[in-house]
Amino acid sequence: MVLNALRHLRADRQARAGLAHLTADRPRRPADGELLLESVGLTKSYAGADGELPVLSGIDLQIRAGEVVALLGKSGSGKSTLLRCLAGLVPASSGRVAYRGSPLTGANPGTAMVFQTFALLPWLTVQQNVELGLEAKGVPAAERTDAARQAIDLIGLDGFESAYPKELSGGMRQRVGFARALVVEPDVLMMDEPFSALDVLTAENLRGELMELWESGQFPTRAIVLVTHNIEEAVLMADRIVVLGARPYGTIREVFEVGLERPRDRNSPAFEDLIDRVYRTMTGRQKEGRVPGRHEALELEKRTPANTPLPPASVDGLSGLAEMVLDRGGRCDLADLADELGLEVDDLLPQVDALDLLGFTTLSGDDLLLTDTGTAFAGADVQESKKIFAEAVQHAPLVTLITKSLRNNSGGTRRAGFFRDLLAHHFTDEQVTRQLETATDWGRYAELYSYDAEPQEYHLDENDDTRLAVTAAGQG
Amino acid sequence: MSIRTDNKPAETVERTPLVARLPGRLSQFSWVDAAVAAAVLVILYVVLRVGHGTTVAFNTHQNVRVDTDPTQLPYDAARSLLRMFAALTLSIAFTFCYAYAAAKSRRLERILIPTLDILQSVPVLGFLTVAVTGFIALFPGSMLGLECASIFAIFTSQAWNMTFGFYSSLTSLPRELDELSRSFGFTRWMRFWKVEVPAGMIGLVWNGMMSFGGGWFFLVASEAISVNNQQYALPGVGSYAGAAIADGDLGKVGWAILTMAVMVIGVNFLFWRPLTAWAEKFKNEQSEASEVQRSFVLDFLRRSHWPRLLGRVLRPAGRALSTAGRVFGRDDRPLVVDRTRQRTGDIVFTAVAGGLILWGLIDLGHYLYDRTGLGVFGEPLLLGLATLARVVVLVALATVVWVPIGVKIGFSPRLTRIAQPVVQVLASFPANFLFPLAVWFFLRTGVSINIGGTLLMALGAQWYILFNTIAGAMAIPSDLREAMDDLGVSGWQRWRRLIIPGIFPSYVTGGITASGGAWNASIVSEVVTFGGTTLTATGLGAYIAKATESGDYPHLIAGVAVMSLYVVGLNRLLWRRLYRLAEARYSL
Repeated sequence: MVLNALRHLRADRQARAGLAHLTADRPRRPADGELLLESVGLTKSYAGADGELPVLSGIDLQIRAGEVVALLGKSGSGKSTLLRCLAGLVPASSGRVAYRGSPLTGANPGTAMVFQTFALLPWLTVQQNVELGLEAKGVPAAERTDAARQAIDLIGLDGFESAYPKELSGGMRQRVGFARALVVEPDVLMMDEPFSALDVLTAENLRGELMELWESGQFPTRAIVLVTHNIEEAVLMADRIVVLGARPYGTIREVFEVGLERPRDRNSPAFEDLIDRVYRTMTGRQKEGRVPGRHEALELEKRTPANTPLPPASVDGLSGLAEMVLDRGGRCDLADLADELGLEVDDLLPQVDALDLLGFTTLSGDDLLLTDTGTAFAGADVQESKKIFAEAVQHAPLVTLITKSLRNNSGGTRRAGFFRDLLAHHFTDEQVTRQLETATDWGRYAELYSYDAEPQEYHLDENDDTRLAVTAAGQG
Repeated sequence: MSIRTDNKPAETVERTPLVARLPGRLSQFSWVDAAVAAAVLVILYVVLRVGHGTTVAFNTHQNVRVDTDPTQLPYDAARSLLRMFAALTLSIAFTFCYAYAAAKSRRLERILIPTLDILQSVPVLGFLTVAVTGFIALFPGSMLGLECASIFAIFTSQAWNMTFGFYSSLTSLPRELDELSRSFGFTRWMRFWKVEVPAGMIGLVWNGMMSFGGGWFFLVASEAISVNNQQYALPGVGSYAGAAIADGDLGKVGWAILTMAVMVIGVNFLFWRPLTAWAEKFKNEQSEASEVQRSFVLDFLRRSHWPRLLGRVLRPAGRALSTAGRVFGRDDRPLVVDRTRQRTGDIVFTAVAGGLILWGLIDLGHYLYDRTGLGVFGEPLLLGLATLARVVVLVALATVVWVPIGVKIGFSPRLTRIAQPVVQVLASFPANFLFPLAVWFFLRTGVSINIGGTLLMALGAQWYILFNTIAGAMAIPSDLREAMDDLGVSGWQRWRRLIIPGIFPSYVTGGITASGGAWNASIVSEVVTFGGTTLTATGLGAYIAKATESGDYPHLIAGVAVMSLYVVGLNRLLWRRLYRLAEARYSL
C-alpha cells in the first residue's frame, strides 16, 4: 500500500504542477513564518446550572505558515472546541480569534476541515464530494472537475472517482476527506483526530503519506492544525505540540517544540525522550520527587467531587488492567503494556487514572506499580474484591458524596437530579452524565447503593454489613 | 425536483464528453428504453387529457348527476389519481417551506411548531365546508374550485405529518454535516439541496408514502359532498361509488371497489416501491446495508438509459439553478450576536404575534356569542364522550384481535414477506369505500349504528395497529427469542417478559395513528347512507357531519374545536406518556 501510494506520489508531480497553476489568481502565498491564525485570551464556556462553565480559558495561540501544530489532550480538555473556535464554527465567549490579522465574524475563510468521522455525503460520489468546496466558491463546472481530479490523483484515490463512500474502506474514505479539504487550497488545514477512526495500519500508512506530501513542498496548504489524543502521532507529525490540560479546565499546560528531523525515527532516543516528557505532562506528573504515600492522606481530605472528577473507567476495565499488572509481577511499563494489547497509551489513561485514584496503583516514571491493596484487589475472588473495592472507593469523592447524602436522607433515596444539580456547578452536562455513570457503576459494584433508571433514583443498598463497613471507613 | 438531477440514481460521473458518447449510446438502445419512453408518453397523454376536464364550466345550481356507467371508471380513476398527485406535490412544497422556516427561524419556530401540532389533531373533514365554499367563490363558474377544495382536503391529510418529519430531520442534522457545510462555505441553496434534503429524504419518502395511503380516504370523502344543503360531485372513483351507493346498486359498488384496489396497488407498485428503493442511497450509514428495499420497476428504469440521459440533459439546468441560488447567500452563523437587538426583536415579535392571536380569539368569541351564545360548546363536549367511548373500544378490540396475529406474522419471516405488503395496501385502502356494504349488513341484521359505528371506524384504523405490531415483532432480535426458548419461557410469561416489552414502542406508534384516524373517521362513520336509508349515531362525528351539511358555521366551529380538544387531550394524557415510557424503557 505504502509503495503503491509513493508511486502515485511520484507520478503525480505533474498533476501537482497543474494544481499550483490554479493558485495563480489567489492571494499571495504566505511565506514561512508569516502569522496566519491567532487567538488572544480565548475563553469558551457553556451554560451550566449557575452561570458559565469554562471549557477553554485564556488560550493564546499562534499558527504560522510552514508549521504543523498539534493540539494534544485527553478527552474533555477542550481541544476539539479550540479547533472549532479557530475555524470560526463555534463563537468564543471572550477573547478574539483573527485570521491574517482580521477578527473572525463567521466561518474562517482560510481553513478547511478534515473530520474524525469523515463527514462525507453518502449520496454523492467521491468526485462530487471533492468538488463541494469549489462549488460553494462558485468555481465553474469544468474547472472544478479538473481541480477535483487533480486532488484525487494527488491523494491516491485515482480510479475511485465514481465510487460512493460506502463502497470504500475507512482509509479510502478519509483520503476523500483530505482531497476535499486540499482542493480548496486553504491556508490552514484543520484536522480533528483524522486517524482515530482508522485501524492502526491504515492510520500509520495515511500519516506517512500525508507527511511525505507535506515535506515535498507541494502541499496545497501552508499550515496544519492537528487535534489528537495520541501522543506518538503528535510527536511524529508536529513541529509544535500544545498540550491542553483538563483540570481545572482547558488551559495550555505546556508547549513542546519538536526539533526532530523528518522523516522521524520512532526508535531514536530523542523521539522516545520527547514522548516520555509529553506523557508526563499529560498525566500531570511532571513534578519530580513526589512521594505518593505521604501526600495522599492530606490530599484525600482536600478531594471534592469538583476537583477530583471520576475518570470514565468501568469496574471491569480497571480490574482487568490491575490483573494484567499483577500477571506481570505487579509492575510494568505502560507503553509496553499498551503495545502488547495493540492500544495507544492514552487509551489506557482512564483506567490508570482510576486505579491511581482508588489507591490501587502508583506511577513511578513510566511504570505502573500495584500497591498492597491493589495487589490484594487484583488477586481476590469476586466477593473479596467487592469488599476491597468498597473500601477503596471511599477515595472517590463523588461516590462518598452520594453514599453520605443517601444516608442523611430518611428513606435512603435521592433523585439523580439532586446530584446532577450539585455537579452542574462544576461540569458541563455531558461531563456530569459521564461522571454519574461511573459513580453508579462503582457504587453498584461496591454494593453501597443501587440506581433505578426509570424514576432515576439512587437507593441505599440494604445490605447492612457493607453499610457498617462504609460508615466506619467514611468516618475513620 | 429537477434541481436534484445531479443525484439521479443511475448517474455516474462520465469522463468522456457528451458528443463523443451519444452515437454509441443510441445504438445500444434496447427494448427497455423503448418501453420506458412509451410509458412516459402515455402518462403525459393521460395527464393532458384528464387535466382538461378540471376546467370544465360548472354552475352551482345545476343538478349534479354522476354517470355510473362502469366504462366511465378508467377516466374517473385517472381524475382521482391526478388529484392525489396534485395534493402530494402541494404537500411537498408546503413541507419544504414550512419546515425550513420553522427550523431556521428561532422566532417563527415558536409559533409554527405548536400550530402544526394542533393542525395535526384537527379533524380534516371538518374543514371541508370552509374549503368548498371558499374555493368555489375563488373560481366562480368553473369546476376548478371544487377540484381545489378536494385537493386541499387531501393535502390537509398529508402535509402535517410530512412537515413534522422533515422539520425534525432538519433540526437533528448530524453535527459533522452542519460543520462541513459551514466550514466549506456552502451557499444556503447548496446546503438545502445537497445536505438537508438528502439527509431527510428517507423520512420524506416513507412519510409521504404513509400520508399518501391515508389520503385515499379523504379523496373518497371529498369527491362527493353536500355542503350548505347543496350537492357537489367531481368525476372520480369516490363520487362514482357515492352515486352507486345512492342507487343502492351493489354490483356497481363492487366495480368501484375493484378500481380502487387496482389504483392503490398500482400506485404502490409503480411509484412508492421504486421511490423507497431509490431512497436507499440516502441512508447515512457507512456500510452496505444487509437488508435493502428492492423494486422491480426501479431496476427496470435503471437498466434503461433514460435516467442517465435525462440527468445529462437536465444537469445544465441544475447548475444554472445552483448559480441562481447563490442569491440566498452563504450558509453561515454570525459569531457575534447583538444581544439587545435580539431581545428587542423578540419582544416586538411576541407582541405582534400575541396581539394578532388575541384579536382573532376575541373576534371569534364575539361571532359565536352573537349567533348562538357560548353555550354552543356544551353539546359537542357531551357528544364527544360517546365518540371517545367508541375510540377506546375500537383501540382495545383491535389490540386484542390484531396484536397476537401481528406477533405471529412478525416472528415468521416467510409470513411477513407475504403479509406486509397486503397489510400496507389494506391500510391505505379507503375504508369509507366499504361503508355501504357494512350498512347493508347492519340493515339486514338490525345492528344499531351506535355499535356499528365503532366497527366502521375500525375498518380503517385497525390496520395501523396490526402493521406496527408486525414491525415491532420483527425488530425483536432472534437471539432473545432463542434465549427464551432455551430457558423454557413460554405462554403468558413469554408475553409479559419478552413480547409485550419488545413490541411496545411500535405498538404505541400504531395506537396513536389508529386513535387519530378513528376520530377523523367518526365524522363519516357516525352518519351513513345506503340506498336512501340514513343511519345516524349519537356522537361528535355525527354532530360535525350535520353542521357541515347544513352550513351551520357556529356549530361546526364548536364541533371541530371540541374534537381537536379531545384528540389533543387523549394524546397528551395517554399516548405521549406511553411514548416516553417506550423510549426510556423499552427501546431495543
